[in-house]
Amino acid sequence: MGSLPAFIARRLLVALPTLLVVSFIVFGLQLLLPGDPALLLAGEDRDPQVIAYMRELYRLDEPIWVQYGDWVLRLLQGDLGESIRLKESVGGLIATKLWVTAELAILSMLWAVAIGVPAGIVAAVKRDTIWDWTASAIGLAGLSIPNFWLGIMMILFFSVQLGWLPASGYVSPWEDPVGNLAALAMPSFVLGSGVAAVLMRHTRSAMLTVLNADYIRTARAKGLAEKRVVRRHALRNALVPVVTLGAIQLGELLGGAVLTEQVFSIPGFGKLIVDAVFNRDYAVVQGVVLVTALAFILLNLVADLIYFLVNPRMRG
Amino acid sequence: MKRLITLAFAASMLAGPMLAGHAGAQTTLRIGLAEDPDVMDPTTARTFVGRIVFSSICDKLLDIDKDQKLIPQLATEWAWSDDQKQLTMKLRPNVKFHDGEPMDAAAVKYSLERHLNFPGSRRKGEISQITAITVVDPLTVRIDLSVPFAPLLAQFTDRAGMIMSPKAAQAMGDKFGSAPVCAGPYKWVERVQQDRIVVERFADYWDKANIHFDRIVYQPVIDATVRLANLQSGQLDLVERVAATDVEAVKKNNRLRLVQATELGYLGLSFNIANGDRAKTPLGQDPRVRRAIELAIDRDILNQVAFEGLFKAGNQWVSPESPWYVKSMPAPKRDVTRAKQLLKEAGVPNLSFTANLPSGSENAQVAQIIQAMLQEAGIDMKLRTVEFATSLQMAAKGDFEAYFIGWSGRVDPDGNIWTFNSCEAAQNDGRYCNPEMDRWLKEARSTNDRERRMAAYEQAMKIHQADMPRVYLYHRTWFYGLSTKLQGFQAPPDGLVRVQGLKAG
Repeated sequence: MGSLPAFIARRLLVALPTLLVVSFIVFGLQLLLPGDPALLLAGEDRDPQVIAYMRELYRLDEPIWVQYGDWVLRLLQGDLGESIRLKESVGGLIATKLWVTAELAILSMLWAVAIGVPAGIVAAVKRDTIWDWTASAIGLAGLSIPNFWLGIMMILFFSVQLGWLPASGYVSPWEDPVGNLAALAMPSFVLGSGVAAVLMRHTRSAMLTVLNADYIRTARAKGLAEKRVVRRHALRNALVPVVTLGAIQLGELLGGAVLTEQVFSIPGFGKLIVDAVFNRDYAVVQGVVLVTALAFILLNLVADLIYFLVNPRMRG
Repeated sequence: MKRLITLAFAASMLAGPMLAGHAGAQTTLRIGLAEDPDVMDPTTARTFVGRIVFSSICDKLLDIDKDQKLIPQLATEWAWSDDQKQLTMKLRPNVKFHDGEPMDAAAVKYSLERHLNFPGSRRKGEISQITAITVVDPLTVRIDLSVPFAPLLAQFTDRAGMIMSPKAAQAMGDKFGSAPVCAGPYKWVERVQQDRIVVERFADYWDKANIHFDRIVYQPVIDATVRLANLQSGQLDLVERVAATDVEAVKKNNRLRLVQATELGYLGLSFNIANGDRAKTPLGQDPRVRRAIELAIDRDILNQVAFEGLFKAGNQWVSPESPWYVKSMPAPKRDVTRAKQLLKEAGVPNLSFTANLPSGSENAQVAQIIQAMLQEAGIDMKLRTVEFATSLQMAAKGDFEAYFIGWSGRVDPDGNIWTFNSCEAAQNDGRYCNPEMDRWLKEARSTNDRERRMAAYEQAMKIHQADMPRVYLYHRTWFYGLSTKLQGFQAPPDGLVRVQGLKAG
């Protein structure tokens, strides 16, 4: 399978056409999406002159391939265009929002790992006991409870009833690090709960597979204490696929933040794209989807790298 | 890893109460908005929520009070010429913009001309009758009109009447909206898109004795439940648009107060009368059918069931509370028998049609209640829920038979009527056109004589009743939730939050 640099180079080569396809789809969706941006932009009064002006200004009447060509040309110069609703550069908007969502995603991942992995290990080691069943039940709940519902319930309990955490909003960590964590505590937990459930189930089954493997039987036969067997031998091997899964889930979190950010009024990627879609702010939608796709590709690459590094068979 | 999380959580526990207790202690007023405003340029802005923020930044020539009466703001006096085509306004002396420039007749001329000529101006349609603006002296400005246009003064109570610093506007061009410079009580500090807009007290404001907070932070919180939760937890001091279903919760909370006002706008059911093929149905062609629909609806029950009776049922383009409501034509009582009879006369005893409905739970509930009421008169109304932007486009294209749509309303009744009912108007999606109606609407907007205007609107209302291009259903109520610590809040029917007089008590 070759060396590490060759592996990375090959993966990046594959990423380019993927991005191209994504850009086509983004533009294609614009054709399918009903609703005229000029009508919306004209505002409540819908002055025909304003509508005509908006069409011309944003070249909405041009054929789609002309708009696409324009976009790609500007993209190659590092310009993602301008938001037609906010009159700000899309690149600038994304730069400020991406950090917020990335922080939210990372904190969510911390919650997910902190809850999901230990729960999975306990469930596997104490298979078919009350521990296992409890973990599975909570995991099922984590998967099936809708984020917005959990979010509102947490706000009502922790903010309104107890007054412990701010109900919504975002504070920059540079401005106020403690306030930043307080603002993100609930949303990251809500967002992480679903991932925690996925990680729990995967950790459990990976652990079970490993615990049934021959070398574990050997270890036990040598008379090693069960704790030592689990920690030294089983855990390390079982966690390899879990790490990979984690990296991919991080990408999913970037996309999954949409609802959570909406509920907690966090000015991140999710809110940006929701507002952009409702306002038919195409430049923003295109920019956000493209950057998300890029993030996804990079995270997948990282996941593969980890796999490549920890699994000698991949190196052939 | 685990320890880090415990640490983070412990830190956030400590931080929570500190943040929650924060709001009252400083002289910062925190206002929760239901949406994120668009660009903050008075000439190109278009959202309602943006107007709430403008209230603290940009003073207008005139304002309205809670009884919808025009009152002075930057203009102190105004007079019409005899032919009603010339308006002379006296300006308030010693008023400064945030950049220290004087607010004078030249600035008024500049701002109005910008509204009229700036590419993409959304104000042009509101004041397009203006042909010339003349600086008579530094504190007097004269405005010439092509035709008499009574609603002009009312237009000046909104963005068209906002006066910008010419120096700043020239320097910033189309970026003016990213840091507007006006002559309001607060000056711009910063904006983080979708997060907050911060403004700070302007030391040289002409009415500074009425301004008590050092700063105002506007925060968009889209979800009504979460917005209220922020108010309950003390993170916000004032929230706009409390949901009707949450009104009880605010009333019961002894740390909160509820303030309300009936809106200037309405929600109605519009019909496609002449916009393409979908108008060629009994519903579009026969006013008896549309009349039957009105008679099949009980507006009071609708208000009771959907809004706990908190909104205002109404059958006209203004609410029954408005001085422009035609009292001789109140909402008819529900009459299913008569409705059925009308349908029979029109030859469609089993009427069936589809109504478009912009998505949103409030709309859906209203439409379903009406659906059930119509059913009892033998009318089958199918509902087609479409997302707002799509519904707008369908309406403009004539791709609808009936359409549930609201209007935020204007201070002058002309703003609620003209654009929907006159033959050439921009928002007349159903292409309703009756020359008689046009004649009365023109008459009403061309005179400043209140009696004559009212008489013209009565005639127009009669024609509307006969033609029934739209069934008006109800007028929403603006509900504001505020901390009992906040004093001096008044809610005028335009739904804006005026900061003058607001103080922590």
